[in-house]
Amino acid sequence: MKKKSFIIMTILGPLLMAATIILPAFLADWSEATKKRVAVLDETGWFHEKFKDQDNITFYYIYDDLETSKENAIHEKGDLLLYIPRTQLNIPVNAQLYSTIQPGLNVTTYIRTVMKKEIENRKLLASGIDPEVIKSAKTNINLTTYRIEEGGVEKKSNTEVEVGLSIFAGIMIYFFIFMFGAQVLKGVMEEKSSRIVEVIISSVKPFQLMMGKIVGIALVGLTQFFLWIVLTALFLGIFQSGLFGGSIPENLAQWDQSGQVIEQSIQTENIGLDKLELVKEIIDGINFRVMIFSFIFYFLGGFLLYASLFAAIGGAVDQDADTQQFMLPVSIPLIFSVMMTGVIINQPDSSLSMWLSFIPFTSPVTMMMRIPFGVPLWQIWTSAVLLILGFIATTWLAAKIYRTGILMYGKKVSYAEIWKWLKNK
Amino acid sequence: MSLLQAIDVAKSYAGHKALDKVSIDVEQQSIFGLLGPNGAGKTTLIRIINMILAKDSGEIFLEGKKMTPSHTQFIGYLPEERGLYKKMKVGEQALYLAQLKGMPKQEAYTKLKEWFDKFDISSWWHKKVEELSKGMQQKVQFIVTVIHQPKLLIFDEPFSGFDPINVNLLKEEILKLRAEGATIIFSTHNMASVEELCDHIALINNSKVILSGEINEIINRFKANIFEITYKSPKELLLDKEGFTVLSTNRTNGTFNSRIKITGSGSPNELLHAIMPQAEITSYREVLPSINDIFIQEVNNAQHE
Repeated sequence: MKKKSFIIMTILGPLLMAATIILPAFLADWSEATKKRVAVLDETGWFHEKFKDQDNITFYYIYDDLETSKENAIHEKGDLLLYIPRTQLNIPVNAQLYSTIQPGLNVTTYIRTVMKKEIENRKLLASGIDPEVIKSAKTNINLTTYRIEEGGVEKKSNTEVEVGLSIFAGIMIYFFIFMFGAQVLKGVMEEKSSRIVEVIISSVKPFQLMMGKIVGIALVGLTQFFLWIVLTALFLGIFQSGLFGGSIPENLAQWDQSGQVIEQSIQTENIGLDKLELVKEIIDGINFRVMIFSFIFYFLGGFLLYASLFAAIGGAVDQDADTQQFMLPVSIPLIFSVMMTGVIINQPDSSLSMWLSFIPFTSPVTMMMRIPFGVPLWQIWTSAVLLILGFIATTWLAAKIYRTGILMYGKKVSYAEIWKWLKNK
Repeated sequence: MSLLQAIDVAKSYAGHKALDKVSIDVEQQSIFGLLGPNGAGKTTLIRIINMILAKDSGEIFLEGKKMTPSHTQFIGYLPEERGLYKKMKVGEQALYLAQLKGMPKQEAYTKLKEWFDKFDISSWWHKKVEELSKGMQQKVQFIVTVIHQPKLLIFDEPFSGFDPINVNLLKEEILKLRAEGATIIFSTHNMASVEELCDHIALINNSKVILSGEINEIINRFKANIFEITYKSPKELLLDKEGFTVLSTNRTNGTFNSRIKITGSGSPNELLHAIMPQAEITSYREVLPSINDIFIQEVNNAQHE
């Protein structure tokens, strides 16, 4: 029944994911493709020959008055005009850029940077300091953090990488639980509203029907997850070779085979190569087996926990409109755990983070966020056992509500009503 | 021999008694009518037989053995609230439901084709359920209920939503199924069809069985010794005498139609003797109560108690 939408989602998901990674880089490249020429009318004379030609910008200097320059540069040649007027304090902090088109961020940024640097240098010189001294005093710090694992093994770690991975994993779990949980809810409601449910439960037990639906959709979810990873990697490959003629743009080079994007600042001038090396080393340091295994575990555990509650809601309500009042309290812990992202990535080892990753309702998202930073084994075990106990409990409760609910038609359910069902044998 | 026996089955929901020590006995290869007003507990009893609901106490035996969940394979159930997956194709869905009842796929396919041909709906096989009208869906539901040739068939309001032609088709099929050995429990408000089809009935009111037995025996039990006589005569006969009470008389042209209750010493033959010399009798028959009358009377009586 849902074959079509599954196939669409399976292909569209990775396409979108690949696109969100590739597109910004691609668009940035594309939008700068047109060359711009900037005429510089510098009345101060401070910036003569200071503007160097860039990839897509060329500079030339003119010495007319402003009006003639405007006429020549802008209207006749279609260029941009940078006008730096003489100022009273003799420090040209104001400049004007005229053009018939949108100048673009890279043009304005470059101009601003050059002017700022030049003025600073001149100010330093005026105070008797050689800018070269300042330059040589500037230092780049590469702080490599090592995490000492149990048994004394040192692992190179990088907080930036871990944060990225942590957020990615947490959001993915959240997204998967909600997306497939909603499918369980929809499926149960469909069976109830189409009235087929009584036919089916005369052949199988209500519990079997409920669990069958939940487990079935969980397997669909896992299948989709794996297909996404494979397809995203595939699409990225195609995009890269197709759009960039085989050359990988700078900010895509950090794409690693496992499908994680490592954020990195653009200042790769000096330390770019070192950093790439470092990233590679860190990736080797991340235990992907643990990551994938725990993702599967927390996805399944969290999904079983929430999906059984969603199934109970679907079984209890009669109309779409009634779902809202029950959906909200069920979704709150899940939404809350995503809202805690900031707290957890700042202090993955705090006792708040620890407790959040123990409580079965929040543990799937929060534990996945903590795992990239390294979590003591006993905590993982505690959290896992609690999660298993948690979903056994919710499934047991849900089964009771579901069993009574699916045979109730045309009755508006309330919490009091559900409480009565729970007390039924 | 009885196929299904329910003994003292009780069930209550949060303080409300839905079934109060209900016992029924359904004979093999018979049609058993389960009657009762709305909310009497019919559907609860049916759901308990289907193992959809758990009973609080009492026993249910199928062919003399205590019912277990595996027995549901021998039951075909058409619930009152029924439906199909709307987005699924008709044939695909019928196959799925047949397999759910434990039929092997190939066998299910062959049988379904037979039934679809019989009901003249083979062209629907590849249609989506949502494209079918309600009556059409009911046909498909009927087929999937009987497809696995269950020993016991339970129909809850099977005729609702059918036009008269299809009601007849369905009645014929139900009788045919009985002839082939099936036992049928049949819950309805349609009293005419009860008289026509049922061998036994049980009347449930307020979670209790208030009347049960063989249908003709029940009708005899409730007959009031009223006879209806039609005769041709220039004037109305005076029949009020010892043993006879005239309840009503209608006159159309030269024909009179009287309902006469025979009481005490009187007998139907005496009545005939009394009329024969005086007029030409065109019809004479005993007025038997309809199941409808009995139903209303008994339910009212039970409420007055």
